[in-house]
Amino acid sequence: MSGRGRGRSLFTFNVDCLGFGRGEALPSSAQAPSPLYPPMQFRPVPLQTGEEVEYMLALKQELRASSKNLPFHIQPSAPKKDVGRYSDKYQTGEAKHGEWTPDWSRLPKELCIKVQKSRKAKTKPVVKSKKKPAAPKELLQKLENLEKKEEENQSEEEEDEKKKKTGEEEEEPDDAEGYDEEEFEEETDYIMSYFDNGEEFGGDSDDNMDEATY
Amino acid sequence: MTAQEVRLCGLLLREHFGEVVERVGVHLLRSGALSLRALAHETSTSLDLVKKCLCVLVQHGMCKFGPGRRGPAGPVEYQINCERILYMLRYPRYIYTAKSLYGDTGELVIEEILQRGQMTMSSVVRTVADRLTQNMEDGQSMDYSEVMNAFSRLVETHFLQRCPPVDSLGATVSRTSCSGTSDSPANATPQPAQPESNPDCYKLPQIHLTGRGKRRRSSGDAETNDSGAKRAKLENTEQCGDEGIYWQVNFERFHLHFRHQAIISAVASKLDQTSSEIVRTMLRMSEVTTPATAAYTQAVSANEIFRALPPSYNIGRPILDQYLTLLVDDPMEFVGKTGDSGGGMYVVNLHRALANLARATLESVVQERFGSRSARIFRLLLRKKHLEQKQVEDFAMIPAKEAKDMLYTLLSENLVQLQEIPKTPDYAPSRTFYLYTVNQLPTARLLLQNCYKAVGNLIERRLFETKENKRHLEKSQRIEAILASLQASGAETAQLAEVEEMITAPERQQLEALRHHINKLDSSENQVDETIFLLESYVNSAASSR
Repeated sequence: MSGRGRGRSLFTFNVDCLGFGRGEALPSSAQAPSPLYPPMQFRPVPLQTGEEVEYMLALKQELRASSKNLPFHIQPSAPKKDVGRYSDKYQTGEAKHGEWTPDWSRLPKELCIKVQKSRKAKTKPVVKSKKKPAAPKELLQKLENLEKKEEENQSEEEEDEKKKKTGEEEEEPDDAEGYDEEEFEEETDYIMSYFDNGEEFGGDSDDNMDEATY
Repeated sequence: MTAQEVRLCGLLLREHFGEVVERVGVHLLRSGALSLRALAHETSTSLDLVKKCLCVLVQHGMCKFGPGRRGPAGPVEYQINCERILYMLRYPRYIYTAKSLYGDTGELVIEEILQRGQMTMSSVVRTVADRLTQNMEDGQSMDYSEVMNAFSRLVETHFLQRCPPVDSLGATVSRTSCSGTSDSPANATPQPAQPESNPDCYKLPQIHLTGRGKRRRSSGDAETNDSGAKRAKLENTEQCGDEGIYWQVNFERFHLHFRHQAIISAVASKLDQTSSEIVRTMLRMSEVTTPATAAYTQAVSANEIFRALPPSYNIGRPILDQYLTLLVDDPMEFVGKTGDSGGGMYVVNLHRALANLARATLESVVQERFGSRSARIFRLLLRKKHLEQKQVEDFAMIPAKEAKDMLYTLLSENLVQLQEIPKTPDYAPSRTFYLYTVNQLPTARLLLQNCYKAVGNLIERRLFETKENKRHLEKSQRIEAILASLQASGAETAQLAEVEEMITAPERQQLEALRHHINKLDSSENQVDETIFLLESYVNSAASSR
């Protein structure tokens, strides 16, 4: 407070002890972010050169180029095209250094991708549409009962929730692994089609089911 | 791990395995252990792609899996290894080291295994022999046994090791469940099996593989190519007796080698060539007996060192003693004396050497960024530990105003820390000591993060430059392909020149400039990595010695 009378009103302590002499201008406060590329006070030293450096450089670039051709370089799934073209199958899968078949004994089983799956997934919707109208109302009721039973099983429930989260398009192919074989062989079997249909149906009208259950 | 590390890991993953793996990997880095379905859902990637990504990551040893938090019955959880991803930055150095130690064959062996993560010995030998044959003159080929020789030498010196056996998931589950009672809950996360714990870690399998490398036919005849491919396939499925035994690169061993090289070259530049050879001999003698994380090597007597010195150095016994005294007296403290028996017992202070090298790196960073006078203040603080501002000005013999400026700049960059010691509990500035100090370890960590950021920036810049010039690059690639095919079909020179002119002079100039830039950026990445290695080893050694 006493400082105010002497004209040094800015601080409540003696500025001298910060290292500024009397009458010296204090630095102004910064109000803008520092520049993205601040000017450099000193130029950086040049890079090392020599045979070793050159060779490592060549190695690095070669590694980068060849990693693109290895099967480990995973392409994102291409956006679906409007029409399937005849030429499509000749344009994909070039420039790969051979296919890579991992040793499944060293990996968790769940990572294994079944190759035939794509074919089955394609044929599946046809079957589904055929059977759907046949599903009566009481089936729904039974399904709900079934689901309630399932919920009592703790781990099952967790799995179920996850499935709901991941969405149906991922759920379907997975289930296909388990049931498709039988489905194709014994289409008339009531129990089989009933159970499978339930999975499908549940997936399709997810919202309805949720309302009914909870 | 820090934000900078995650960013760099993402960039490296994208570069080697594509964008999908980057997305999956970065998500795993951010959220720790996750199950397959959670991962697919949270990255909103299709399940099949996530599976593929995880396969790739596990194959390269960057990802571990094991029973999750919900116990053995729950879903498998995946955990990514940040350090291992960052090693990708060092691939050129590993390969170069293998080349300098074991020649071209060793180079190709390491390169193949690095690129494919893990391989069986027979497939390595086949691929490498084929590649070497490809580069040889007509009529010559590489014998498999020669490659096998190089491979076994790499295994004997522990540069290669067997991948730890992975039990089928059921086995892992049963093992953890028996030991689960004694383990703390923290151990419920996937426990990577240490490769060293496997007794067969460095044991070569008996493989039956004879023959020579094959040359890939370059003729365009589709039919012969086809049959060749078929034959190759048949050969690849041939039994060699080492199925299921996979080999990986032992990065720890390479890092030990790099550390020793760093110490030797530091001694060479600090003292002279002869003393560096003495230190090299000491390190070689203790290589087998010293564990990787030891603070100093096993003590060896001067007599033993003398006997182990290669005769070509021509170092007499009295000269050796003088050199050893010199090394012990050196302020860098690379070599220490632990006793007097056997003509004096000597050790190499590994951790001390790393700390000193890291300190020298810090000093030189300050010097190059802020000038030699700031470096003088920095060194002063390192030596005197705590100093008041007035003392800094006096000891550094720099005018008060400039010294203040430099000190505050260093403080704002976090290279120098400020310690307040109040005389009264109210922290009144007039009654408080302000002590400046440098904490080496935190500063080294800070610098390490800066290095990660720098490499990240370098990669981003390179991607940007490549993107900007994408059209030119594609054009030049197309034209090169045309030229190559024309040359193969024996076209006239005039025709070739005509095609070559399709790239105009300014375009050529631009391409040249681009290549120059990219070379510079790539080279910088390699060289920043050397600093990263040194700082990482220092930080790790400080953590292990505590």
